[in-house]
Amino acid sequence: MASGRPVVGEKNRSTAIVPIRVPAEDADEPEDPRLSDVDEWGRSERTRALTRAIYEPIYSKWFRVEWEGLERIPTEGGALLVANHAGAIPSDAPVIMHGIEKELGRPVYGLADYFFRTVPVVGTLWARAGGVSARPANAYRLLKEQHQLALVFPEGTKGPSKSFTDRYQLRRFGRGGFVEIAMRAGVPVIPIAVIGSEEAMPVLLRVPTLAKALGLPYFPITANLLAFGPLGVVTPFPAKFKLRVLRPVHFDVPADQDRYSKSRIMEESEQIRSRLQEAVYDMLRDRRSVWFG
Amino acid sequence: MTRRVLVTGADTFWGGRMVQALENDPGMDMILGMGAHTPSVPFEKAEFVRADQTYSILNRIVKATQVDTILHTFMITNSTTVSSRAMHEINVIGTMNLLAAAGAAGSSVRHIVVKSSTLVYGSAASDPNTFHEDTPRTSPVKNGVERALVEAEGLVRDFSEDNPATRVTVLRFANVLGTHLTTPISRNLSRPLCPSIFGFDPLLQFVEEDDVVRALAHVTRGSIPGLYNVAGDGRLPWSEVASICGTRLVPLSPYSPLKIRPVARLFDLPPELADLLRYGRGVDTRRFAATGFTYNATSAGAVRTFIRALRLRRQSGRESTSYTYEHDVEQFFRHSPSVIGTNEP
Repeated sequence: MASGRPVVGEKNRSTAIVPIRVPAEDADEPEDPRLSDVDEWGRSERTRALTRAIYEPIYSKWFRVEWEGLERIPTEGGALLVANHAGAIPSDAPVIMHGIEKELGRPVYGLADYFFRTVPVVGTLWARAGGVSARPANAYRLLKEQHQLALVFPEGTKGPSKSFTDRYQLRRFGRGGFVEIAMRAGVPVIPIAVIGSEEAMPVLLRVPTLAKALGLPYFPITANLLAFGPLGVVTPFPAKFKLRVLRPVHFDVPADQDRYSKSRIMEESEQIRSRLQEAVYDMLRDRRSVWFG
Repeated sequence: MTRRVLVTGADTFWGGRMVQALENDPGMDMILGMGAHTPSVPFEKAEFVRADQTYSILNRIVKATQVDTILHTFMITNSTTVSSRAMHEINVIGTMNLLAAAGAAGSSVRHIVVKSSTLVYGSAASDPNTFHEDTPRTSPVKNGVERALVEAEGLVRDFSEDNPATRVTVLRFANVLGTHLTTPISRNLSRPLCPSIFGFDPLLQFVEEDDVVRALAHVTRGSIPGLYNVAGDGRLPWSEVASICGTRLVPLSPYSPLKIRPVARLFDLPPELADLLRYGRGVDTRRFAATGFTYNATSAGAVRTFIRALRLRRQSGRESTSYTYEHDVEQFFRHSPSVIGTNEP
């Protein structure tokens, strides 16, 4: 040292706050203790690969899904996909999620009512297979921070619970929360019109008392139950699925605002709803057969 | 600037660890540990004063010692350690008296650090995937420890609004695992059979024991105010935590398993674990990382530290050495003119 003094005292002491009782960790990094590949959303790529392999024949052989306008879905960056929702246990969600990943190689995060999480086994499998509960904070995180595709059904349970006599009549789009989230995250909304889901599992009757007793959002008696008995719960009819991706809606508002005009939100939401409704009618006009398209 | 720090709960696990950590910090001039019982770890230079759990003499201590920082580690986050009444006394009444003393006219206190827990967010199906510091709970408060912590944090929030000149830090720690700490989770994981709830596999986030100490020391040293989540990176499903620890999961019925008292007794299942084992909890830690804190361990790393320490204890058959506080001996080391060198334990 220049001063010729030995280095002593407080200055040379380690300032690291390491409690006395803890022995020093080995210098080399120990191996990663993780055993599974479950990520912070509860997704597991292994489970997803398995469910996709199981679902593939249902997608291409049973429903014989046909897409239109897939090029409108961006290959990178966040986007909020919205679609009409139908059928007692709606097949539109897995069809869209599987289809986009198959065609574009991008995963889709399906947002579903948090009611799913309360159901044992189902909730866990749903999360492992890529489902996320539909909270605004979750959608924002997916779209804005992780630049992912998220899929939401703005009709909520009102879509699948409607009876067959009301088929292809889009319900109210909630309170327009999906528009607000897309504005806040600064991503486009991409509407997808789906036909085929209504006929895959038509709701003939609803039993509200039973739904209440079981704590379910709705309890449907489906045509599938009459046709296949208890197996009808998991067996949709092989209706031909057709999907049309509509022109993306960009909102020219700055992202991350504290509040957005409620009237603007409701207006945009209603506009998207009527475009979807019109597209659904248009596709139905072209459909010759429920089963063969 | 000289730093004079008062540590509450110096007789408890966290208080003891914090006193030790601050003693190693050359920036701290005076460290005063306060507790209802004698400390369980040796203090090198810190003074210890015995006080009841509601801090009735804190006012006098603050005046007499002119401390500038209060490190409030004595918050119960594990309801199995005390009765619910005592927990309310310690967390709510204790914090209230502490803040009253700190906010008294002419008080020397400039910084208060409160050790809280992510329990304040609760755990419910309606929760977002990730809680930010400003995200409100989505479910009503269900159990005593959460209620006490939420109430205590409310008092701290009011205090910080009423006393803008005093810096207030609240750290919300995720579930802790580590070398020494025993919690209901660590007890469950150290047995051959470990409870789970059938059909649920929640994602949990952990923070390592030493990171808790380092985080508290970090904000104390830097006088960093604010509200922060503190948790290791990443989340693990409960099933994975169990298999890392080599314990087998026993699925309990998802329909009110905790109402069956013997089952809850058989395992360590306090009410605050009931929902956590269904829905888990995840917190955003970017705000705390932005203050310049780096973690030693991720969530998975915390689990590893825990299980390695447990394996060592099992195989060497040794518990950590116990220490008995002897008032006269400690006084001798601190104040006797005969003591010249440092007091190495």
